[in-house]
Amino acid sequence: METVPKGVLPESLVWMTPDRYAVAFWEAAAEHRLVVPRCTQCGRYRMPPSPYCWGCRSRDYELVDHDGGATLYSFTVIRHGVIPDIRDVLPIIAGVADLDGTNVDGTGAARLVASVADAEPENVHIGQRLRIDWYDVRDGVAIPILRIAE
Amino acid sequence: MGERTLRDRAAIVGVGATQYYRRGESEPQLKLELVTTALTAALEDAGLTLDDVDGFASYAGGADTGLLAQWLGIPEVRFTANLTGGGGGAAGSLGLAAAAVATGMADCVVSFTAIQQGVSRFGAAFAKGGGAGTYSAPPMNEFDFTQLSGLMAPGQMFAVLTQRHMHLYGTTRDHFAEVAITQRANAVPRETAIMRTPLTRDDYFSARMITDPLCLYDFCLECDGSVAFITVSPDRAKDLRQPPVYVMASANGGAGRWGQAITWLGMPDEYFASTGHRPVAQRAYEMAGIGPADVDVALFYDHFSPLVLMQLEDYGFCGIGESGGFVADGNIRWPNGSIPVNTHGGNLSEAYILGMTHVREAVEQLRGTAVNQVDGAEIALVTGGPASLPVSNLILHR
Repeated sequence: METVPKGVLPESLVWMTPDRYAVAFWEAAAEHRLVVPRCTQCGRYRMPPSPYCWGCRSRDYELVDHDGGATLYSFTVIRHGVIPDIRDVLPIIAGVADLDGTNVDGTGAARLVASVADAEPENVHIGQRLRIDWYDVRDGVAIPILRIAE
Repeated sequence: MGERTLRDRAAIVGVGATQYYRRGESEPQLKLELVTTALTAALEDAGLTLDDVDGFASYAGGADTGLLAQWLGIPEVRFTANLTGGGGGAAGSLGLAAAAVATGMADCVVSFTAIQQGVSRFGAAFAKGGGAGTYSAPPMNEFDFTQLSGLMAPGQMFAVLTQRHMHLYGTTRDHFAEVAITQRANAVPRETAIMRTPLTRDDYFSARMITDPLCLYDFCLECDGSVAFITVSPDRAKDLRQPPVYVMASANGGAGRWGQAITWLGMPDEYFASTGHRPVAQRAYEMAGIGPADVDVALFYDHFSPLVLMQLEDYGFCGIGESGGFVADGNIRWPNGSIPVNTHGGNLSEAYILGMTHVREAVEQLRGTAVNQVDGAEIALVTGGPASLPVSNLILHR
């Protein structure tokens, strides 16, 4: 296993309970691919994966490969551990990222919520460019993390 | 068919509460015992008995109406409902009671909540595998898309909304401090309040950061307790012990894409940095036939101080994005501000009983018996917590 990024959840807290619409997202994640559901009727994106397009209510969608470019929409620097298991990895910077090209109708982008890894809190600010990277948690399991783009 | 409104078709006639405990200190009482203590006190306040009760409208207390009615030997239950949601429903449970009374489904409805945080700690509401003393959220597909970022507590999630508000509007920690300090000042003279030492600016700014931009004093308390209310028709209210406080309006719900809100974080740009209350605010004002200028005292659910700011905006006391300057000008202070807010000290400084203390304060203000009485208060606004859908509110008049 590679080095664990700084400021991410400990391995013991990373497990998912995907429903049948989210399975493909996590399978792609394991291969370090970001896929985002896009409605094939109206072109709107949505996150997380779900059965309906919130805009046109169509159930037809495709999973689009995304290049991982994003902009920081908001964040918090978690300094207090509400459970003992995370106290050793604090601070965690939890970021909300607007995925490039997903704000189709102008109401807002599809968002990815993930840790901003290996970053100092004072260097993180809303509007900065990010790229999606991956944290290999264990065999067959990877979760997205955010990195400040150069 | 008459006008479709709740306005003036129900009245709150009784209020009762347990003492407010710090987290865990109500044990070994059972949670349902806290409810019965509050309920009995509310009936005594109204001059009614358990034989009069025929409806239950609860909020997030997890109390089983069947067990409560079985314990207490309620002659017949004719209405029972629990407002769904994750923090937003306290005020709205009085709306459920009013709806039951207005439609004749029941005659005497108890609204209540109860909380025991030694058992289930809301501060870690979305943590996995937290162990004893914390609340381990049931596994849920949608949470995988936020929790794995490290977010596992409501305060952390509202910090994300707050950071966005600061970015958009220039809101600062000084503005949060004004909320925390003002509410502490309101709590100081109150025997019911847990925090009775004045809070200074130095105290605020030297407190540890919990989840930026929120520090210790931006967080509500963690408590145990129960508060209960009795709602009956205006006709019945005339003969009872207390001056009636009438329901002018109540709304619960919100925009569909507010949705799961803090455990989603995908809300539209237009209202991401808000409380989710704008639609229910509009609906309640229309039902009541009033606007914000008519409100004499506002009891805003204050789990986190910046959310008081955002509610001032969403309820029209100032423009969107203008709450920082609004509070900096002293507008929310009792007694001289233009709209005294959380005159009881709120969740931040009096006690955290899921926002039911706010309804109690509204009733006391309109009876004219509040500790920090707003002179001549006639109309009070109460809100349930900014949270996932539904959020709720209640407008009362004397």
